[in-house]
Amino acid sequence: MTTQPRSTSYPLNRRDVARRLTQSEPGLLVIAGLGSTAWDVTAAGDRDLNFPLWGAMGGAITLGLGLALAQPGRRVLVITGDGETLMGMGSFATVALQGPTNLSICTFDNEHYGETGMQATHTSSATDLAGVAAACGIAVTGTVSTEAELEAALPVILAAPGPVYHVIKVKAEKLDFVLPPKDGIHLKERFRKALLGS
Amino acid sequence: MQLDWWTDIYTALKAADVRQVGYVPDAGHSGLIEACLADDDMRAVVLTTEEEGISLLAGAWLGGQRGALLMQSSGVGNCINMMSLAATCQFPVPIFVTMRGLWREFNPWQNAMGRATDSHLTIAGFSTLTATMPEHVGPLAAETLDTAFDGGQMSALLLHQCLVPVKTFGK
Repeated sequence: MTTQPRSTSYPLNRRDVARRLTQSEPGLLVIAGLGSTAWDVTAAGDRDLNFPLWGAMGGAITLGLGLALAQPGRRVLVITGDGETLMGMGSFATVALQGPTNLSICTFDNEHYGETGMQATHTSSATDLAGVAAACGIAVTGTVSTEAELEAALPVILAAPGPVYHVIKVKAEKLDFVLPPKDGIHLKERFRKALLGS
Repeated sequence: MQLDWWTDIYTALKAADVRQVGYVPDAGHSGLIEACLADDDMRAVVLTTEEEGISLLAGAWLGGQRGALLMQSSGVGNCINMMSLAATCQFPVPIFVTMRGLWREFNPWQNAMGRATDSHLTIAGFSTLTATMPEHVGPLAAETLDTAFDGGQMSALLLHQCLVPVKTFGK
């Protein structure tokens, strides 16, 4: 008999978390890592100020860094998965050294590679990503597993001086695909037009 | 040997209004890195691996700033899949590459990537130029930046190993 992975019983639903994060502030600049988090962010409402990735695995956090450094007056939120985060863990050191106060990063951690057959990731039993980020020098870090913890973390993620990093443990579940536009040039141009006006 | 050619790259970066410079250090870029770090109008971002720089520049461009990357030829190999981000979305990515494995190379472990760098960049969608003379670096740097920012393209200037002092590891 196969034991169910612990993450199948986590209480937080990733689509609900994405909705609460991205709908709080119309001016929020949102980067979504490839795969499930891109679908989550899109399910919450496709916005011009979303930049969902369809590739570039491991690049979401430093993409958010470049954006945060260019727009120090705007809040930047990177929402990505545990697999994507694991591929670019050095990014935590790069972000920490620059110390952008307007950057928040959230990993929706279902402890699985969701797009490729739900293989277990390193976070399923070995790796503590919030611990990695803290050790790299990210000042504000946390792990959220319950509704009460999420309620407490939301204002930190959305407004506290950063860089802020939170792991949000979400239920491992198969959800519908909600796909953003696939044309990268279109995604780039609509973001720049909404942000910069040209 | 004239070794201050890096000042011409700095001048070109300033003329192009480059605000973010991502780098993994290389001896050939050391003067330029110091100048970028000392410039209050530039943000010099040290990376843990060169591929971080590709997405850093994409983010900078989304936010309305121009960026450039400094790396050694070995770093080009670290970037290959991330370059698809710039190719797919037409983000401008200018890279200045100090070359290894081409000329009086002491360390044979540098040869495989150094000799393949131009081909890898070309296959990934970059237009490349190579500087072998110090006096050519400035104009070629300006052209590399123009190519990137005027057309939303990926462009690289390869700085030939003959431009930098020979590294002999104390031998």
